[in-house]
Amino acid sequence: MKAALITFPGSNRERDMRMALTRANGGKPPTDVWHGDSELPQDIDLIVLPGGFSYGDYLRCGAMAAHSPIMREVKKRADRGVRVLAVCNGFQIACEAGLLPGVLMPNAGLKFICREVTLRVETLTAFTRKYRKGQTIRVPVAHHDGNYTADPDTIRKLEDGDLVAFRYADSLGNVSDETNLNGSLRNIAGIYNEKKTVLGLMPHPENATDPLCGGTDGIGLFESIAESLS
Amino acid sequence: MSEGAKKAVNYPKDLMGLTHEEYDRVLEIMGREPNQVELGIFSVMWSEHCSYKSSKKWLKTLPTKAPWVIQGPGENAGVIDIGDGLAAIFKMESHNHPSFIEPYQGAATGVGGILRDVFTMGARPIANLNALRFGSPDHPKTRHLLSGVVHGIGGYGNCVGVPTVGGEVNFHPSYNGNILVNAMTVGLAKADRIFYSAAAGLGNPVVYVGSRTGRDGIHGATMASAEFSDDSEEKRPTVQVGDPFTEKLLIEACLELMATDAIVAIQDMGAAGLTSSSFEMASKGGMGIEIDLDKVPARETGMTPFEFMLSESQERMLMVLKPGSEKQAEAIFRKWELDFAVIGHLTDTGRMVLRFNDEQVGDLPIDPLAQASPEYDRPWVKTPPQPPLGKVNHPLPFIEALGRLVGAPDLCSRRWIWEQYDHLVRGDTAQVPGGDAAVVRVEDHPKKALAMTVDCTPRYCFADPVEGGKQAVAETWRNLTAVGARPLAITDNMNFGNPERPDIMGQFVGAVEGIREACLALDYPVVSGNVSLYNETNGKGILPTPAIGGVGVLDDVATMATLAFKLPGEAIILIGETRGHLGQSIYLRDICGQEAGPPPPVDLKAEKTNGDAVRALIHKGMVSAVHDCSDGGLAVALAEMAMAGGMGAEVTLPDGDAFEIGFGEDQARYVVTCPAAKAEEVLAAAEAMGAPARKLGLTGGDALTFAGQGTISVAALQAAHEGWLPRYMAGEL
Repeated sequence: MKAALITFPGSNRERDMRMALTRANGGKPPTDVWHGDSELPQDIDLIVLPGGFSYGDYLRCGAMAAHSPIMREVKKRADRGVRVLAVCNGFQIACEAGLLPGVLMPNAGLKFICREVTLRVETLTAFTRKYRKGQTIRVPVAHHDGNYTADPDTIRKLEDGDLVAFRYADSLGNVSDETNLNGSLRNIAGIYNEKKTVLGLMPHPENATDPLCGGTDGIGLFESIAESLS
Repeated sequence: MSEGAKKAVNYPKDLMGLTHEEYDRVLEIMGREPNQVELGIFSVMWSEHCSYKSSKKWLKTLPTKAPWVIQGPGENAGVIDIGDGLAAIFKMESHNHPSFIEPYQGAATGVGGILRDVFTMGARPIANLNALRFGSPDHPKTRHLLSGVVHGIGGYGNCVGVPTVGGEVNFHPSYNGNILVNAMTVGLAKADRIFYSAAAGLGNPVVYVGSRTGRDGIHGATMASAEFSDDSEEKRPTVQVGDPFTEKLLIEACLELMATDAIVAIQDMGAAGLTSSSFEMASKGGMGIEIDLDKVPARETGMTPFEFMLSESQERMLMVLKPGSEKQAEAIFRKWELDFAVIGHLTDTGRMVLRFNDEQVGDLPIDPLAQASPEYDRPWVKTPPQPPLGKVNHPLPFIEALGRLVGAPDLCSRRWIWEQYDHLVRGDTAQVPGGDAAVVRVEDHPKKALAMTVDCTPRYCFADPVEGGKQAVAETWRNLTAVGARPLAITDNMNFGNPERPDIMGQFVGAVEGIREACLALDYPVVSGNVSLYNETNGKGILPTPAIGGVGVLDDVATMATLAFKLPGEAIILIGETRGHLGQSIYLRDICGQEAGPPPPVDLKAEKTNGDAVRALIHKGMVSAVHDCSDGGLAVALAEMAMAGGMGAEVTLPDGDAFEIGFGEDQARYVVTCPAAKAEEVLAAAEAMGAPARKLGLTGGDALTFAGQGTISVAALQAAHEGWLPRYMAGEL
């Protein structure tokens, strides 16, 4: 895989993401791309929008970054089918930029939440083929605005199109109000676009790729991508 | 100055916090009456906050040297060698007064300030910690202050992308009108790439970078050097406003510039802003400095020289660059969308000259002002010893008392707090909050990690400042040891009341003495620190609170120990002597309703012997879980290990009164576990290293059983432990 990792002013999980991508890619690091750049490398097959607080998230989360020069280019490539992985603030940016439907509202508890959660893998795609459908994985979240919301029509399309990637669940894979971390509709933790080429999720699989720091349940996602793009 | 001349002095109406004697010295140094800008500069430079005038005499007695100390106190932060060409840079600093007035911004800018102290020296900040003290839980303001402070620390730390990995919280009525917010940052740098603040090079450009200067925080340092009264909330305009996004950019821009050869000296603008940064840089380098205040980037129009010099606007740095490197430096700061301005140059006059609108608005000699600031030998009285603890009546059965204690405000889980902090960002957090010490891997190093903790037991310090000072240092040392780290050095954050009162000054002197003894005995020097005095409201002081931040190194992170019980059927072993000291224990206070007796004595020799033994057991891979005994004593330590592991145990306490043995807070103790078949080997190894060790029982089951006392389920312990803080904050208690 040939990945481009976009850094905005205020991104802060680009290093974590770089480590996870590099490990899954046989030691080959992604290409770093600065938000002010207007071009992406020609031959890339994956674009990654990492977590953080782009532009301080002083407006709506991700709203400013969605209008930065590089995002026009990201949209063009995404339209051509280049895979996009958008995590946490990256997911917020992808929604604001129209790459994914819906919006991330402040958590129902109105607090930042940093903790390990259980996710249920809802469908197998180029991003998740190394997992089993219905498998539960433990990965951390760290966000204040992860409450996924969309209009009923969008939710129906997501459900009917098998476009929900992950849901907040318990260790047995049960999805309920009790396992709903932040108020997200249908416990949604991550979604795909219609072609399943863009994945946005609030949790941080990149922080679960090391046995000594956070466990290894996130490795499957990066290995899936690397295998799909090899 | 002669008596005759003194009488002729016409003191200004507003001395800006200076005393008459200090104003006399101003006249002496200036040889004339200062103008308002100059007087303002004297006022902040000689404030307690900037000058340490009450504490200096005593701080000088602290041990600050060891072969691994690269830089001790006196710079922006302390620097220690952690091997392999790497250095750890750290410091803890208080933001107490602003946090009481405006908890969110006060705490947030406290984090921002300590981060700058660390990255100013060339370090990438890798971890934040904090030590918080609030008033009684039933005080009407406590909930609001706790919520605001936690929100502020998270709001700033989460955004800048530095994990907040550890801390401590206490509640006590003495903090009702004066909370404590102490923030610590740990950073990493190459040992041969440390940046200092001494200016050098005649004519070299003085450069301002970061945020623009506004009118916020003017005279914050003076405010922080006075007691509170009922009108303190009117001081809100002296509190600064934080912008973590700009700080994040400033970190990246500074580290990028530091990778070049452009910087001669660098200093952050903290308390007393442009005044103290420029003075300290010039003074340390023996240089003069000329500043053109028109060139300072301003956030608002119409600012006066006085406001420029005394503003405490955040996220600003001052640098001296090598001539000719301005363009390269400016390009980096522009890339990060930050302000950059050459605002002056170095001279050889030894004076600070300020210009504004083509006029000279200030001219002060640097050395007399910065280095000859007042030093007081304040009168003090030794804290009288507490009478011995009399007979204690135990109102509750043992098991019920244990259930209450694990859910008590000072002992319950802090999860509600630390889950609001991003403790994982950067991907190197090997031990998350909730254990004895946080552990963060050293980036790009295959094995090495840093362990860090903050500790202090203010009720001990109040009862006996010397023993309390020792205990605070020893507890950090123990917590680092309990995760397997070699403790290396500390930062001290001394929070006390009004030093002009001899009893308060006596607490300070006693605590310093205790810290000194512990540092010497444990070979564990002080490399940085901060003093916060005048923590009083309406004449009532806080408990003396010398918060200690300790840092240690794990050469191989794979050997790291954690406190959770791991497997059923493992042997539980107690290391250290148990005498059953109930004086000043949490049990005595929270269950028996007494704050009485002397605190547990600290035997530093036993601390060293027992700690070295535990560390050796960890490194040899002989133990599966390790936890130190502190607040709540042995019974609470066992309960904490059970709750963390979701597994019970059956134990027999050492002989004696069960309440004293179970809840006494004797020092220098650890609980470890190991495979049952290896128990004799572990006991023998500990004894061979001189550490008393005895078997208490076995892990297993879903309840914690104390022989002869009863049983409590792990689920019931967890419910009490996890329940209190969320319920309290939700207003249910």
